[in-house]
Amino acid sequence: MAQQAVTGASPGPAQLGEPLLKVRGINKHFGPVQALTNVDLDLYAGQVTALCGDNGAGKSVLTKCIAGIYQIDGGQFFWESKPVAIHSPRDSSALGIETVYQDLALADNLDIVQNMFLGREQIRNGLLNEDDMERSAGKTLSSLRVTTVRSIRQPVASLSGGQRQSVAVAKAVMWNSKLVMLDEPTAALGVVQTNQVLQLVRRLRERGLAVMVISHNLNDVFEVADRIAVLHLGRMAGQDRADAFDRQSVVDYMTTGASTRSRRADGDGEKRGQS
Amino acid sequence: MVMEKNVARAEAPESEDPTAAAEAAVEVPPEIVAQTLGQWFQAWMARIRAGDSGVLPVILGLVIITFVFEGISPHQVFLSATNLVNLFQQSAVFMVLAMGVIFALLLGQIDLSIGFVGATGAAIAVQLVQPATTKWPWWAAIAAALLVCALIGAIQGTLIARLRLSSLIVTLAGGLIFNGVMLIVLGLGPFSGYPSLAGSNANLQVLYNLMWGTINPTVSWVGMVVLVAAAGLIMWSADNRRRRSGLVAPPVSLTLLKIGLIAVCAVVVVAICNVNRAAIGTLEGVPWVIPIVLAVFTVWMVLLQKTRFGRYVYAIGGNPEAARRAGVRLANIITLCFTISAFTAGIGALLYASNLGGMSNNFPGNSLVLQAIASAVIGGTSLFGGRGKVLHGILGGLVIGGIYNGMYLLSIPVQWQFIVVGVVLILAVSIDALSRRSATSGSVARV
Repeated sequence: MAQQAVTGASPGPAQLGEPLLKVRGINKHFGPVQALTNVDLDLYAGQVTALCGDNGAGKSVLTKCIAGIYQIDGGQFFWESKPVAIHSPRDSSALGIETVYQDLALADNLDIVQNMFLGREQIRNGLLNEDDMERSAGKTLSSLRVTTVRSIRQPVASLSGGQRQSVAVAKAVMWNSKLVMLDEPTAALGVVQTNQVLQLVRRLRERGLAVMVISHNLNDVFEVADRIAVLHLGRMAGQDRADAFDRQSVVDYMTTGASTRSRRADGDGEKRGQS
Repeated sequence: MVMEKNVARAEAPESEDPTAAAEAAVEVPPEIVAQTLGQWFQAWMARIRAGDSGVLPVILGLVIITFVFEGISPHQVFLSATNLVNLFQQSAVFMVLAMGVIFALLLGQIDLSIGFVGATGAAIAVQLVQPATTKWPWWAAIAAALLVCALIGAIQGTLIARLRLSSLIVTLAGGLIFNGVMLIVLGLGPFSGYPSLAGSNANLQVLYNLMWGTINPTVSWVGMVVLVAAAGLIMWSADNRRRRSGLVAPPVSLTLLKIGLIAVCAVVVVAICNVNRAAIGTLEGVPWVIPIVLAVFTVWMVLLQKTRFGRYVYAIGGNPEAARRAGVRLANIITLCFTISAFTAGIGALLYASNLGGMSNNFPGNSLVLQAIASAVIGGTSLFGGRGKVLHGILGGLVIGGIYNGMYLLSIPVQWQFIVVGVVLILAVSIDALSRRSATSGSVARV
């Protein structure tokens, strides 16, 4: 079915340069529960990084820490090699980080344009500037080749699941964002719509954005990911180029935190977590 | 959702495939993309057949009410100029109260206090202008009344938005509290609870004329022409700008048709109002209450449809979590909505006081609340939030006012009036619930 590492030879670390976002030694606990322990993560521009892990592994917590919804207890973020502090969602969106949550956060009764500009409406003479908003929304959608919507003035309630996901992603990339995090973008989608969304993820990569996809679905992961990071019980179990993994090794990392399967001969192991 | 997916799987093989548009075509409100008048009408009919009827039920209701009551009212007085103007004056209170409460309904909340909060304001205004006691000028009295109403609304809104109390309970209690406050205010001064607007004092006259004053027929015509021209110009230039800039715009003929419809309505209204309605002497011209209702309508319509605030009201009604994540300050918007609801209630109660010729401690605050909410819902506003327009208040108010007026003409006893209006309300809520169900199962939601 979905071939392993169809993305072909992804550029080696030498060609990638510095990661857009470097996460180093992140700790996060909720009361006595240690949700993240000393987590490192690198997200590169122009690369799709899949974040995998079993339920409760800490995928969502890590995402929410990067999005500024949770405050980290320890560790450091480096954005374009500079140390940054992310204390609130506003901080992260100021850096250019946008998150598309699983529930998409779209208002069904508003149309596509209204949803895409929600909270950042353009104003002319004190009134909403609908024409300009409609034009830029249309431009963004067509640049992502989201062509299946009939009219960008149709209410979001009338869209299919894949189209809704597309609108949510378009909304996220509209604001000169550099890193887009997608939380389970293909959960609850049919085959066709899953393909649409994966196409969209590839287009984000072509635009040079850093993309992080949280997914359970290994088919999707191997279909689009350039890099894979696996969390196990709040620790980074393994992180490397996608072609350094195969399906079984990802499952091993997800379930046991380690893999005994032989890795690619030239696979660089130095980025593996120290767990 | 499941249904949608199946449709998509069957009809849309690949995202770039042009035939994929067929997937969306099933669900798009077709008039958005219609390019000619013919297409637009076809699309409109298709949408009605699909169960998404917009304001059609309420227009139909108005037509039925007109025919039924005109047919059976004694001497066919229902459509006489006197009665029609009368009907509008009676409906005006429902309309204004409804246009205010729509702001709470759009959030998915409710405001049950509007009757007595407004009445408190009206009582204050009527007391303040009394020449025997305080002697305030009319404008200061009205401003004070509306300010008090707005303040009350802001307090209720704060309790609802920041303490997260249920709007049902807060405004139910508010209705009770301000029923008491209204009685206290009415008890002040030497009027034994019935301060009146009768008398030759200019300030009393202005309040009395809110409902009963008329505009000179010539001025009425000129004013109407100016207003229709302004509205037409705005609609025309907005559509024209979209056409020129290459955005999808309604066909020219549709724009012209809409402007024409507005003009016809305006001419009919002014023509009816300019008939001499008095049995003896002259009573002609457009009553003040019509421009007052129009002003409330225009201001709130612009606020809801054309401003950031209005957009956030709809967003909160549709998905509060989405609004919160988009950076909307929910508490501020909710507080403001309840402030607007109470402020508008003040205007409505002032009209009621004017109609009554004073204030009375028998003010029917609770039934006015239900009639206002009924008007909004009958007009097409959803009780579930996120769907509704200011226009719905006017249309629904006409329906409720028409039913009361018609039954009054037929001398139907009050117990039957209650029953009929109650049944109509249940009917309107059922339509709301049904259209909501069809909207969530894939058809298009009305906004």
